[in-house]
Amino acid sequence: MLTVNRYKCGYCGACVGVCPAAALELVETWIEVNDDCTRCGRCAKICPLGALELDKEAKR
Amino acid sequence: MKCDLVVVGAGPAGSMTAKAAAEAGLDVVMMEKRQEIGDPVRCAEGVSKAALKKLVEPDPSWISAEVKGARIRAPDGTEIVISEDRAGAEVGYVLERKVFDRALAQEAAEAGAKVMVKTRALGLLTEKGVPAGVVAQFVGEELKIEAPLVIGADGVESKVGRWAGIETALKPKDVETCAQFLVQDERIDDDYCEFYLGNDIAPGGYVWSFPKGRALANVGIGILGSKADSGTPIRLLRDFMKANFPEGKVLEMMVGGVPVSGPIERTVADGVILVGDAARQSDPITGGGIINAMKAGKMAGKIAADLVPRGEVDKRSLMVYEEMWRETIGKHISRNFAVKEFFVDLTDDDLNRMIHSLDGIDVAELDLKGLLKVLVRQNPKHLLKLRHLIV
Ligand SMILES: Cc1cc2nc3c(=O)[nH]c(=O)nc-3n(C[C@H](O)[C@H](O)[C@H](O)COP(=O)(O)OP(=O)(O)OC[C@H]3O[C@@H](n4cnc5c(N)ncnc54)[C@H](O)[C@@H]3O)c2cc1C
Ligand code: SF4
Ligand code: SF4
Repeated sequence: MLTVNRYKCGYCGACVGVCPAAALELVETWIEVNDDCTRCGRCAKICPLGALELDKEAKR
Repeated sequence: MKCDLVVVGAGPAGSMTAKAAAEAGLDVVMMEKRQEIGDPVRCAEGVSKAALKKLVEPDPSWISAEVKGARIRAPDGTEIVISEDRAGAEVGYVLERKVFDRALAQEAAEAGAKVMVKTRALGLLTEKGVPAGVVAQFVGEELKIEAPLVIGADGVESKVGRWAGIETALKPKDVETCAQFLVQDERIDDDYCEFYLGNDIAPGGYVWSFPKGRALANVGIGILGSKADSGTPIRLLRDFMKANFPEGKVLEMMVGGVPVSGPIERTVADGVILVGDAARQSDPITGGGIINAMKAGKMAGKIAADLVPRGEVDKRSLMVYEEMWRETIGKHISRNFAVKEFFVDLTDDDLNRMIHSLDGIDVAELDLKGLLKVLVRQNPKHLLKLRHLIV
């Protein structure tokens, strides 16, 4: 699963712009993840603050 | 609710679109998902004075500072100064975007557009399979706005294009991932924008310092997504601060992504137009996108005012916009994309050599094209690949 650390996130929307599955949405000051996420990891790679993490268990 | 045109997003692209369309007589609704237009800022706020003046009357309330030129620092510390006017006249503005974005929205409102904040577009309405407006959430309540044309000015996180079948997702190599501090430090030079290059400092990007007056500056970093890892920008920005502004006090922080993909395949669909960052129209080298967003918005708004009353909003009719922006701003964006693709893989030695080659040269033109021309002239062998791009 993709987890968003809401305490770290700077609500910039960069992750939303790179997600190939359109699984992310920026609503005011938080990021929502929907079921379309394929766990590709692109969003986590580009997050300027490192607020996104792919849980290794789920990635298997 | 019904209108002639829905504009999604109230950044510079959206407000210019709404203003131009409303001025030409359309019934326009511009929606913005944030409750405060322009805040939080995702920008270093630098623009060319001459370019901005052609689009809007400068107002002291949204100008933080005026700058005389730029300084570029090579990885080995060598610096060059670029100043257009030897008399030291100001060539660039550093804006206060919180105020600027709202002022542009106000101009759209004054021209007759309806502005709705805390209103987030959720998807397109369709009629017989063709887009016919927007479903939105207005302060938590569902709202349908029917309109023959929707203009997506929804920035880096744009969804409007995707809803209409236009693929806008950015690959990591096509996005600069950024972090920025508003820094107070007596060492800040109030007159010059500064750029710091180097693969250790900012892989595939650069560090900037844009003065905002009274020893304040936006000090930020952009890193090419493909060379970044989770959290790299904020980590490298902190390193840079330690090395260069150890006493600097951070009054604000912000993060963001800038599209550097160059022109995407298509920016129109039936009943839909994309403008600004949503259309990936920012400059692939500098990451600057305000001016292009405003220009594209103005074009789109005028074209909308022309076509909507005639009922010509299918993809083919909207190609007028597509052709117009590609013929104008698109040319620079394409060229700069090619130049960027070349620059991002240069080693520190290459970068040092290039900066050294400018030593003692009178770089009279501040603009990028002038600088590139001089670089190619001074480094004919190394920059052979670029020669055909810069004529
Ligand atoms: C760190 C950084 C530094 C930069 N520095 C510079 C610089 O110095 N000079 C320069 O020229 N450019 C700079 N840029 C680029 C510049 O900020 C953008 O190009 C510019 O803001 C684009 O304007 P826009 O109107 O297209 O998009 P934006 O300004 O991003 O506006 C889009 C708006 O749409 C809204 N929106 C999004 N989705 C929805 C929805 N579903 N419903 C309703 N509203 C929605 C957003 O909330 C936002 O307000 C920088 C960018 C970054 C990230
Ligand atoms: S890229 Fe990171 S900081 Fe920006 S909105 Fe996404 S999770 Fe938050
Ligand atoms: S992991 Fe991939 S699919 Fe999932 S939200 Fe991130 S970018 Fe989108």
